[in-house]
Amino acid sequence: MPLLWAIRDVIGLTGTKYGCGVAQCGACVVHLNGEAVRSCVTKVSRAEGQKVVTIEGLSGNNDHPVQTAWQEIDVPQCGYCHSGQIMSAAVLLRENPNPSDEDIDAAMSGNICRCGTYLRIRKAIHLAAELQQKGKG
Amino acid sequence: MRRISRRSFIKNTGGASLALWLGISTKGFASQTSLPTEGKRFTPYILVESNGNISIFNTKPEMGQGTFQSIPALIAEEFEVSLEQITILLTNGEKELGNGQRAGGSASIRNNYTELRKVGASAKEVFITAASAKWAVDAGTCYAEYGKVIHQPTNRSFTYGELVEEASKLELPKEPKLKDPKDFKILGKPGKRPDVPLKTSGKAVFGIDVQVPDMLYASVERCPVIGGTLKNFDAQEALKMPGVEKVVAVERLMGVYRTVGVAVVANTYWTALQARKRLKIEWDTHGFETFNSTEYETQLRGLANEEGLPDNTLGSVENLNLLPQNTLEALYETPMVAHHPLEPMNCVAQVQGEKVEIWTSTQVPSTITGSGANDLHKHIGFAPDNIKLHATFIGGGFGRRLNIDYIIEAVNVAKQVEKPVKVIWTREDTTEQGPFRPMTFSQLKGGFSEDGKLIAFQHKVIAPSYLEAVRADFDKTKVDNIMVEGIGEQAYEIPNLKTSFVRADYHVPLGAWRSVTSSTVAFAHECFIDELAYLAKKDPMDFRLELLSKPSDTKRVLEKLRVFSRWDTPLGPGKGRGVAQWEFFAGLCAQVVEVSFRPDKSVVVDKVFVVIDLGEVVNPDNVKNQIEGSIVMALGAAVKPGITLGNGRVMQHNFYDNPLVRINEVPEVEVHILADGGKVKGVGEPGLPPFAPALANAIFAATGKRIRRMPFDLDQL
Ligand code: FES
Ligand code: FES
Repeated sequence: MPLLWAIRDVIGLTGTKYGCGVAQCGACVVHLNGEAVRSCVTKVSRAEGQKVVTIEGLSGNNDHPVQTAWQEIDVPQCGYCHSGQIMSAAVLLRENPNPSDEDIDAAMSGNICRCGTYLRIRKAIHLAAELQQKGKG
Repeated sequence: MRRISRRSFIKNTGGASLALWLGISTKGFASQTSLPTEGKRFTPYILVESNGNISIFNTKPEMGQGTFQSIPALIAEEFEVSLEQITILLTNGEKELGNGQRAGGSASIRNNYTELRKVGASAKEVFITAASAKWAVDAGTCYAEYGKVIHQPTNRSFTYGELVEEASKLELPKEPKLKDPKDFKILGKPGKRPDVPLKTSGKAVFGIDVQVPDMLYASVERCPVIGGTLKNFDAQEALKMPGVEKVVAVERLMGVYRTVGVAVVANTYWTALQARKRLKIEWDTHGFETFNSTEYETQLRGLANEEGLPDNTLGSVENLNLLPQNTLEALYETPMVAHHPLEPMNCVAQVQGEKVEIWTSTQVPSTITGSGANDLHKHIGFAPDNIKLHATFIGGGFGRRLNIDYIIEAVNVAKQVEKPVKVIWTREDTTEQGPFRPMTFSQLKGGFSEDGKLIAFQHKVIAPSYLEAVRADFDKTKVDNIMVEGIGEQAYEIPNLKTSFVRADYHVPLGAWRSVTSSTVAFAHECFIDELAYLAKKDPMDFRLELLSKPSDTKRVLEKLRVFSRWDTPLGPGKGRGVAQWEFFAGLCAQVVEVSFRPDKSVVVDKVFVVIDLGEVVNPDNVKNQIEGSIVMALGAAVKPGITLGNGRVMQHNFYDNPLVRINEVPEVEVHILADGGKVKGVGEPGLPPFAPALANAIFAATGKRIRRMPFDLDQL
C-alpha cells in the first residue's frame, strides 16, 4: 500500500491529498525524514520506523512561516492542492532560505494547482523567506 | 415608525436538526465547531443565540471561487457584524433555504447582491427596534455596530444576544433601508477569506476526506469505449483478495447517457483499486469501438457548408454585392477538454431502508435534495425527503460538479451494500470518462463596404449539442442556445449580422466547462475580428472601438484597457500584443496579452492586462485571485493537448498525457476592476474567454502567423 493511503485511510489523517496517484501533481507531498516525497508512489514499507511529517504536523498552530505567508496573501482558492504546495515550499525554504523566482519555479513545478494560484504561491514563498529570516534574527 | 407585531415570523430552531450542520468555524481552526444548539432564525440565513453567537447560513458551495466569504459578507455588512465574530455554515440543500443552493454560472454575487444585503438589513432593523423599545427611546437615536445596538445619546448598548427574544417577536421589514456604499466596512474591501486557515492546515474537509464509521471503499471499472456498457463480468479473482467484500454491477447516468460499470467494494480504497485490476469484463461497445476524433473533425469541417439553424439575424448578409477583396472567410477549430478539478470525483453514500445519506463535494446541493424533475430523487428511487446531504468544501468545480453522475453511481453502489461506502474515482477515471467541454468549430465570414466599413459578419458554430447531451427532452430541431453563447450579442455595431448553429451527431458525455461555450466561440469570434482589422489595415484596438460608437459596457472596458495596458506605447523588437473582449451571460472582461517571439521560434507569454467590469465588487483581492486563476486555466486550454478519442476510447489518461499549466509557465497578470455601479456581473468565468484570442492575436502581431486552431504549441510556431 502506498504511504498516501496508509496516512489517509488507516491513520485517518486526511490533510494529505490524492490528485493523480502517479507522481505528477504533488497533492500528496509529505516529509519523510525531512525530505519532500510523493506519498502516492512511496511504499508504506519505506516509511517503516522513519519520521513522517504531514501537513497536520508541520507546525504547532498553523504558523510555520509558509503557512503564515499563505494566510497573509490569501493564496488558496479551492485549497485542495495546498497541503502539498506548503509541504514542498517548506523544504525549499529550509534548503534555500532566499530563493529566486527561478528557484521557486524549479522547486514547485511538481505541484499542480488547477485553480491557478501560482502567482500567489510565488509571492507567498518570498514572504515566507522574509518571515523565516526575521524569526531567526 | 416600526410596527411591532405579536405574530412571530421567526421560527424557533430545535437543537436536533442543527446538530447535523457541518459547522466550519471562522473563529478558530477547528472544522467542527461548537454547533448552535438553540437560537432564533432571522430570515432563513441568520441564527442568533442568546449567548451572543451568530451564525450565517451560506447557500453557495465553496469551490475556490470565494463564496465562503463573499456571500456572508453581503449579509454581515448590513447586519452590522464582522466576519470574525460569526460562524459560517455551508448549507446542505435544506428545504427552508430554497432551491438556489448551487454555485454555477458566476451567479452567486450577480444574482444576490441586493437580496442578501436586504436580509442583513432587515434583521438589523428588528434588533434596533427591540433595543429602542427596551430603552423606550426613539429607534432613530440608535444604531448597530459589531453585533450590538447602541443608543447614541447615552452610549448604552445591548448585544444582539441580549435582544434575541424581543427581536424574534418582530416582523422583519420587507424593504429595509440599505447602507450607503460609502459606509461599507466589508464590501468593496480586500477582505481575508475565513476558509484560508483551514486550507493551510489540512483541516478543511473535502468530500474525499469524509470518514463515516464502518465505511467501506469502492472503485469502479467503467467501459473504456465511450458509449459502451457492461455485458458481463467475472469477479472470481477479485473476490479472492483479502479485504474485498463485494463486486457489483453499478449504473451511472451522465446527462442522457446511461452506462453500467463494475464496482469493487473493499475495506480499504487501495484494496478495491488492486482488486479492480483483476476483474474480467466483457463490454458491449455498440459499434463505438472504431470512433476517432480525426474522422469526426473531418465530418465537422464538412458540415460547415450546411445552412444550420438560425440564432441571431440583423439586417441581411445576403445580396450585399461585396467585392471579393473586401471579404474574408475562415474556419476556427477547438478541442474537447476535461475539467480536472484536483479533487477527483468521489462520494460517500449510505442507504438504510427508505433513506439515503450522502456526503460529497457538489456545486448543486439543491439538485440533490430537491423535488424537481431533473433532481437526484428521479434517478435513484428515493423520495426527496428521504435524501440527506452533507455538503463539504469542494476541491475544484469548474462545472464538473454541476453534474450528479458520480452521486447517482455511488448511491447505486450503496444500495447493494449494508454499510456506508466511499466511491473514489482515479485520475484516470476522471480523465477518460467525461463529461468534456464540447469542441466547437466556427465558420466566420466578414465583409466591408467599398468605403471600408465592416457591414457584414457571420458566425456559424458547427458542433455537437450540449443540451442534447444533458436533457432527454431537448428538441434537436431547435438551436442549442448554449452552443452559440454570446456570438449574436456582442456590442459591435455591424448592420448585417447572421449567427447560426449546425448540430453534429455525437455520443460522448458533454458538460459545462468554466465559461461554457464562450471559452471556444470567443476564440473564433475575437480572432476573426482581428483578421478583419488587419484586412482593413487598422490597429486592432482602433478597429474595435470604431465598431463601438454608442455608449456600452464593452466600449468602457476597452477604453479603460487601452490606457491600462499602455496599448499605444510601442513594444520592443520580437514582441507583440493582442487584444480581445467577451461579453456573455456571466459577465464582461477584456484582456491585452503581450508575448515575445524567440529566435528558436518559440513564444513566451510575458504579461496579461485585464479589465473586468463588475458593476459592484465584494472582495477585490478575491476577484484578482479568480482572474489570475482564469488565465492559468485558459492558457492550459489554449496550449495543452485536449481530449481526443481513438478506437472509441479517450486517448489521454492522467496529467502526463493531459498536462495542466505549471508554475514556471505563468505570465504576469495585472488586473483592473471596474465597479462603478450598473448591472452586477460575475467573477468566476469572464476571465477565461478573452485570453486565448488575445494570445493568438498577440502571436500574430509578433510573428505574422495566424492561429485558427486550439490547442497550439508555443514551442513551435
Ligand atoms: S497524488 Fe501523488 S503526485 Fe499526485
Ligand atoms: S487551489 Fe484549487 S487546486 Fe490549487
